[in-house]
Amino acid sequence: MLDSFIKKSRIKSPWLLHFDCGSCNGCDIETLACLTPLYDVERFGIINVGNPKHADILLVTGCVNHRNKHVLKTIYDQMPEPKVVVAIGACGLTGGVFRDAYNVVGGVDKVIPVDVYVPGCPGKPEAIIDGVVEALGKLSEKQNAAAAAVAAE
Amino acid sequence: MPRTVVPFGPQHPVLPEPIHLTLHCEDEIIKEAVPAIGYVHRGLEKLAEIRDHNQMVQVVERVCGICSMIHAAAYCAAVEQILGIKPPPRAEYLRVVWSELHRMHSHLLWLGLYADAFGFESLFMHFWRIRERIMDVMEATAGNRVIISVNVVGGVRRDLTPEQQKWVLSEVDWVEKEVARLKDVMMNDYTVKKRTVGVGILSKEQALELGAAGPMLRGSGVAQDMRMTGYHAYGELGFEPVVETDGDSYARSNVRFREVLAAVDLVRQAMAKLPDSELATAYKGRPKGEAVMRVEQPRGELLYYVKSSGGKYLDRVRIRTPTFANIPPLCAVLPGLELADIPVVVLSMDPCISCTER
Repeated sequence: MLDSFIKKSRIKSPWLLHFDCGSCNGCDIETLACLTPLYDVERFGIINVGNPKHADILLVTGCVNHRNKHVLKTIYDQMPEPKVVVAIGACGLTGGVFRDAYNVVGGVDKVIPVDVYVPGCPGKPEAIIDGVVEALGKLSEKQNAAAAAVAAE
Repeated sequence: MPRTVVPFGPQHPVLPEPIHLTLHCEDEIIKEAVPAIGYVHRGLEKLAEIRDHNQMVQVVERVCGICSMIHAAAYCAAVEQILGIKPPPRAEYLRVVWSELHRMHSHLLWLGLYADAFGFESLFMHFWRIRERIMDVMEATAGNRVIISVNVVGGVRRDLTPEQQKWVLSEVDWVEKEVARLKDVMMNDYTVKKRTVGVGILSKEQALELGAAGPMLRGSGVAQDMRMTGYHAYGELGFEPVVETDGDSYARSNVRFREVLAAVDLVRQAMAKLPDSELATAYKGRPKGEAVMRVEQPRGELLYYVKSSGGKYLDRVRIRTPTFANIPPLCAVLPGLELADIPVVVLSMDPCISCTER
């Protein structure tokens, strides 16, 4: 019973972790703007947390570089399963305008698996919220798959 | 007493951006703070070698998403200096209007984050609620909320129609009214004062010696603001730098708070004087030579150095940003503080790491 309660609450009230991974701040402030009164994702039970061990959804903005790829990998590894990753902005998708710069590895998916891609430079708050809702569907799927695997054992 | 080492960052709840500080503490007291940067370095200046001078406008806008328009205006002004052209007067005034809108949104964003850093979350929400109106103004006048690409070499690419001007003025009136309503909470609240007054004091001598910039410098009583040099159309507008003398976190937040109101005033003045002319000066050829442009970003003085030898690509674009200048004063301020005050003091310098590392 406890299991089903936790399962339901993780979908109904997902906790976000935001990591700035070499972005220009444009996407970061738009991600933060989602939490503020005009967009207010807290009405959906979504809150922003600082600890990767508490998070269900990882929002990554910006292109990966040679220094922060280790940080990004560590944060991803610390998150409990099931987890989903949302890459935000042109830089998070492919490297964007910086793709040719010498210190840029490329998009977020070069380092960790990405579930949802939110385009835009920067991604608009509406698009980010849409991406998170999409990610919730994926989170639910992953949970069901994990439960099925446990049942099969 | 043995020292404890506390890592602060690169991923930390109060910082939207990655910066790492190694804090050496004795008990709760910081004895030494060692910064480490490089988590956002992209190598953007080097892109000047593979992008021509018009494409570079889009690149420098993405140095920092919060003050993108000011970066682009500074870069364009530097290239215009090399080309020996002057943008039309209307373009100069429109640059002032958008610069000041950017300053307003940047300071409101900072005031919100700062309130969040000392745990006053409803104040954070209020500042960001006000800020959304300015984002609407940007979207309606320039087509994008954050990165507004209005600058081209030679002028600007968008105009404000008389209806839009009227609407923008009514929106900034609203912003002024709402910000004034929050003044009492931000500046006179007992708990806010407890957290900020006398915390992180930077003296005038230290500020000058360590090369502080922007509100960090003006909060310590030095009246230095690049807008006093009268670039763009600032020379034709009545402008007074905002100065506070205490040098603590409270003084720095006060400087930024008053600058929001000063920016509202500058937008009004610029709109009232908006001359009629073309939007951009046409030019031929490629830039050849070198130029330096200094402008005032919300965080302080921003310097652009551009060098070109007349080829397809520029030789060098050097960007010196205010947060880089403010890191040494920050590290001088931190020792002696309690660990719990670190978020407030770090935020009081308004760190913009993506500017710093480019």
